[in-house]
Amino acid sequence: MSKDREFLWRRLHSLLGVVPVGLFLAFHLSLNFTAVGGEESYNTATGMMELVPHSLLLAMEWIIIYIPLMFHAFYGVYIAFTATNNVKRFSTFRNWMFALQRFTGIFLVIFIAWHIFQTRVQKAFGEEVNFDMMAEIVANPVMLGFYIVGILSATFHLANGLWSFLVSWGITQSKKSQQIATYITLLVFVILSIMGVAAILAFV
Amino acid sequence: METVNTGRTVKLEIVRQDTENGSTRVEKFEVPYRPGMNVISALMHIQKYPVTAEGQNTTPVSWDMSCLEEVCGACSMVINGRPQQSCSALVDKLTQPIRLEPMKTFPVVRDLQVDRSRMFNALKKVKAWVPIDGTYDLGEGPRMPERKRQWAYELSKCMTCGVCMEACPNVSESASFMGPAPLSQVRLFNTHPTGAMNKDERLAAIMGDGGLANCGNSQNCVAACPKGIPLTTSIAALNRATTVQMFKNFFGSDHMVD
Repeated sequence: MSKDREFLWRRLHSLLGVVPVGLFLAFHLSLNFTAVGGEESYNTATGMMELVPHSLLLAMEWIIIYIPLMFHAFYGVYIAFTATNNVKRFSTFRNWMFALQRFTGIFLVIFIAWHIFQTRVQKAFGEEVNFDMMAEIVANPVMLGFYIVGILSATFHLANGLWSFLVSWGITQSKKSQQIATYITLLVFVILSIMGVAAILAFV
Repeated sequence: METVNTGRTVKLEIVRQDTENGSTRVEKFEVPYRPGMNVISALMHIQKYPVTAEGQNTTPVSWDMSCLEEVCGACSMVINGRPQQSCSALVDKLTQPIRLEPMKTFPVVRDLQVDRSRMFNALKKVKAWVPIDGTYDLGEGPRMPERKRQWAYELSKCMTCGVCMEACPNVSESASFMGPAPLSQVRLFNTHPTGAMNKDERLAAIMGDGGLANCGNSQNCVAACPKGIPLTTSIAALNRATTVQMFKNFFGSDHMVD
């Protein structure tokens, strides 16, 4: 990496985590949540995506999802491995959040890679992505557990990342505003987690 | 003071290292207890009688110290897992055996002595001073409001002791992050009315490699700082200042102050 570009890469990493990756996650979990209404409701909702012309959908996938996600993931792995975690010596709430943000980040790289392979790559090979596909995947209790941990990691990583985003861009400066941001992002975590876990359980 | 005999002893475990990058070992010591003693007085006793608790002769433990009143920052070390100044670490308040370790986030010179050069290099990099030298008398600078001065005084208490650096999970010998202390100094000198005349230069320095954006918001620094400096508020304030500066640099017609 060229000299004195680190600031820009880090800020870009912070930005991309929220827009578009974070927004996409919220959209993705909302779409999944339709599964709670039953097989038909889920298939209708996901079927809407098919209305978008194929080439446009593909371009959107790359620009909105894959490229920003890959940058965020790979640069994030670099950030995670340059840290020296010390929660044993400093067991404060924020230091735990710091460590968990890095653990969930690393886990998410593995989980998302597997998830994309199991769904999107299979679609490219001609499989149909629908309710039955997911139901088949989570019929295996190990896979169900893996998915639940993956969903919770993602919602935590986004919620806590939102908190860091607010600090990193200088929006929340005072102790009080950072504290209130903690409560709000905690609420985001709880809501997204309930949506995500309820959705995956709907396939069982 | 040698005549004071309380009959009690203080147990210490010290992580020792003879050379830079050399191997480490733990040695146990037992020194006579005296009322009101601090960690340094225990170390001074070991300096005079370098004998381990097992009765074996050893070399005196080396450490850094200077002011002995928590102002210079030289005697910082990790005491029972927490980085702090050994001069103000009172034996009565510590659980025994008292474990002493060097702040390993810095290169260890010997025993408890560390090389804090990277902090001083960072202060140079961010221009943590007010430049007033000229070829002629520059006259008086702008006045500083008294309330602002009182607030800035808190930031000026930083003694470059390295405790925040040791506490920070993103500062290590293998990472380039300059750490919380030099960043907070940028806020201090950018607040000073004369110092503010060069604020863009300091912001540019912390927008370089290993700068401000490498903060991971673990907020250990503010919890560890012996002077109670609001380091994380400083970092967040600089985050905002650099956000503005970043847009100024890109969209502005020039890169000057204001």
